[in-house]
Amino acid sequence: MDSIFNLLVAGLLQSFEPLNLAMIFLGCLAGLFIGAMPGLGSVNGVAILLPVTFLVPPTSAIIFLAALYYGAMYGGAVSSITLGIPGASTAVATVFDGRPMAQSGRADQALMAAAIASFVGGTISVILFTGFAPPLAAFALKFGPQEEFALMLLAFATFIGLGGDDIPKTIFSILIGLVLAAVGFDIISGKPRLIFFGMVEFQRGIEFLVLAIGIYGIGEMIWTLEHTKGAVQMHKVDFGFDKVKSNLRQVKDYIGSTFLGSFLGFFVGTLPAAGATPAALMSYGLAKSFSKDGDSFGKGNVAGVAAPESANNAASTGSMLPMLTLGIPGSPTTAILLGGMIIWGLRPGPLLFSESPDFVWGLIGSMYVANFVTVVLNIALIPIFIRVLAMPFTVLAPIIFILCVVGVFATTDRMFDTWLMLLLGCMGYLMRKLNYPVAPAVLAIVLGPLTERSLRQSLISSQGDPMTFIERPISLICILIAVGLVSYPAISGFMKRRRAEMEAAE
Amino acid sequence: MKFLKTLTMSAAALAMMAPAAMAEWQPRKPVEFIIMAGTGGGADQIARLLQGLIQSKGLSPRPFIPINKPGGSGAEALSYIKGKEGDNHTLLVALNSFYTTPIIQEELEIDVTTFAPIGRMAMDTFLLWVNSEQDEITDLESYVAAVKAADTTWKVGGTGSGQEDSILTAMMEKELGYKVTYIPFPGGGTVAKNLVGNQIDSTVNNPSEQMEFWRAKNTKPLVQFNGERTEPFMDVPTAKELGVDIEYYMQRSISGPAGMDPEAVAWYQNLFEELFNSEEWQDYCKSDGLTCDKWITGDELAAFHDAQLKRHVELIEAVGADSITSK
Repeated sequence: MDSIFNLLVAGLLQSFEPLNLAMIFLGCLAGLFIGAMPGLGSVNGVAILLPVTFLVPPTSAIIFLAALYYGAMYGGAVSSITLGIPGASTAVATVFDGRPMAQSGRADQALMAAAIASFVGGTISVILFTGFAPPLAAFALKFGPQEEFALMLLAFATFIGLGGDDIPKTIFSILIGLVLAAVGFDIISGKPRLIFFGMVEFQRGIEFLVLAIGIYGIGEMIWTLEHTKGAVQMHKVDFGFDKVKSNLRQVKDYIGSTFLGSFLGFFVGTLPAAGATPAALMSYGLAKSFSKDGDSFGKGNVAGVAAPESANNAASTGSMLPMLTLGIPGSPTTAILLGGMIIWGLRPGPLLFSESPDFVWGLIGSMYVANFVTVVLNIALIPIFIRVLAMPFTVLAPIIFILCVVGVFATTDRMFDTWLMLLLGCMGYLMRKLNYPVAPAVLAIVLGPLTERSLRQSLISSQGDPMTFIERPISLICILIAVGLVSYPAISGFMKRRRAEMEAAE
Repeated sequence: MKFLKTLTMSAAALAMMAPAAMAEWQPRKPVEFIIMAGTGGGADQIARLLQGLIQSKGLSPRPFIPINKPGGSGAEALSYIKGKEGDNHTLLVALNSFYTTPIIQEELEIDVTTFAPIGRMAMDTFLLWVNSEQDEITDLESYVAAVKAADTTWKVGGTGSGQEDSILTAMMEKELGYKVTYIPFPGGGTVAKNLVGNQIDSTVNNPSEQMEFWRAKNTKPLVQFNGERTEPFMDVPTAKELGVDIEYYMQRSISGPAGMDPEAVAWYQNLFEELFNSEEWQDYCKSDGLTCDKWITGDELAAFHDAQLKRHVELIEAVGADSITSK
């Protein structure tokens, strides 16, 4: 332990060097804006800023890129909350409650909760990273296809089993998501499938961001227009010191789900297959299920913002672990970090920690500092962010529309996807109008491909024997929890009826 | 704002640093660097190394942006390039699925011979790897014995049905007389991880994917499939030395879409030739077991692709297309 402590102090000292500190600050600031702008994804952002990093030594460069990555994680929440457009796929779950909060004039609370939850998530995960990187890396190796599949089942269970949503409609929504996720090339045989109308454009599948921006950006815009008829003045800009204090007092309402999200996010992030988006969605589902008033989720519960935000930040730190120890990046942005490392002659792998301790610990030290810098920057910028909402919706709606179109086109570079996004937006609006929950469809399109791959890999390797899922202990535990979550409403409903009957009998 | 200013200034400085002596054509927007495989694999590492070298050496006025399109054993990337006909700002980092995927999936109607040949960066080595914990397996003979004993439940991980490693696996099945269960993963990096975690029993990975695990003594190579032994695997026998008639390489080349302007093709050819001859690239080749002795471009590369396509048609015929596409 002593040696870890020494290394960490050295790493922290390294990140306090003026150049590195400046890199952290610049990286966080740039990341915040890149993350907040739908369309200027962190992948393009990092790639464009890569040349800047050649002007400084490798450790400073990777610190810059990591800070950028961090900042973008925070920034994603900003457009999710203020505009209802997920700035990045990781921030989709933040829309679920962040947008309703903004619409009811509590954008500042939502942004504050997002910032604090991100800070807690980031800090807890970097502490876990510092203390337990090697055993966690070993644990990640134990995760084969069977365990991945069980974990995915668990994620679906958190969405089906709990809360007040209509269960058949939830399942229907999940199925729509799964169908859309199946479009494109078959994962195992490599053959094209579900190519609607034989259009070759569908071969590339339906990109997740196209669906998310369509359903949330466009769908919500139509919905809001219909309901407000353009009349509402959304928000008064009022964010003084007193407001900060009262918002800080609110922390107790979401601290539980923040901690839960932090641990869950970190854990899911360390698994090479998963990443921050599933982590955020799972965290949202769990927060909802453990909450006393699960029904208020999706209507503007502050815990519904804190849970995914803590998880996506924790997962972004967590996914550094497979990148550094196994050389497998968990996201396109970590892939660019990995590219940077290769250029500087740092080879990620099991030996990196012992062979390049200065680099690894400099990076870890910088994560502590970057967390702090981002939370301060973020809170300081909240007044600017909420100014957006002071605009009447008649002005805001065309801006949202443009950002959705630009955002999709910039991500995929295809007009086809822009049309598809508009179509899916109308579909999202109809689903909402018919009272179907859309979040489960979003969850399904994220997790569908991961689930399918792990299921088929498991069954191929077990020669088609489904017992393989319950023969392996980690997988069995996940499946049992999933079954418990799904049957919980039925059981609790039964118990309630029993109790009522007993009381009636007395 | 200050930051933005610094940014635009550094971008401007970079643009000026670009060599003025080159042909008049230059990229006018970021170049999409399409990788037909997943993150962490050999092609991915190479693309990211090249991207970094291009930027650190200031060889292009616009950045190269690596984008992974691993779907359908590279079909996603190939369809994408096919759809980019006449585009001057898209390049493909190709491997052998460049040949195999169009052969196996005829319905895609992809003809890679129409693509613009930019340059061949390297020939990569294939090795057979097992987890170091498998003490009883020390050479090819004990490996074959173990596979036969497992009776088709031996799990070989790979990067996708119809990918080059599945062909090599099928060639081994035929030559060595056993059957295995082939499990596809989304990239060479993930395959390596699953071998270390004992989720699969063996794989034929390229060195760059296994290098760090090998150095950490997590995995060990048994055979290499090159004609001659290659650095840094001088003590690993070739299949031919062991009397197994398999010689198979992975090509690492760069292509553009069909109909790319000749000036653009020439510009990219110059760029990649310079990269090929750079110290950094040659060092990478040595450390990661790639053969980079000859720069091939233009017509010569087109002829090379042609010959390789023919060879892959024969190979796939010999092992049978069914044996490499999963049920």
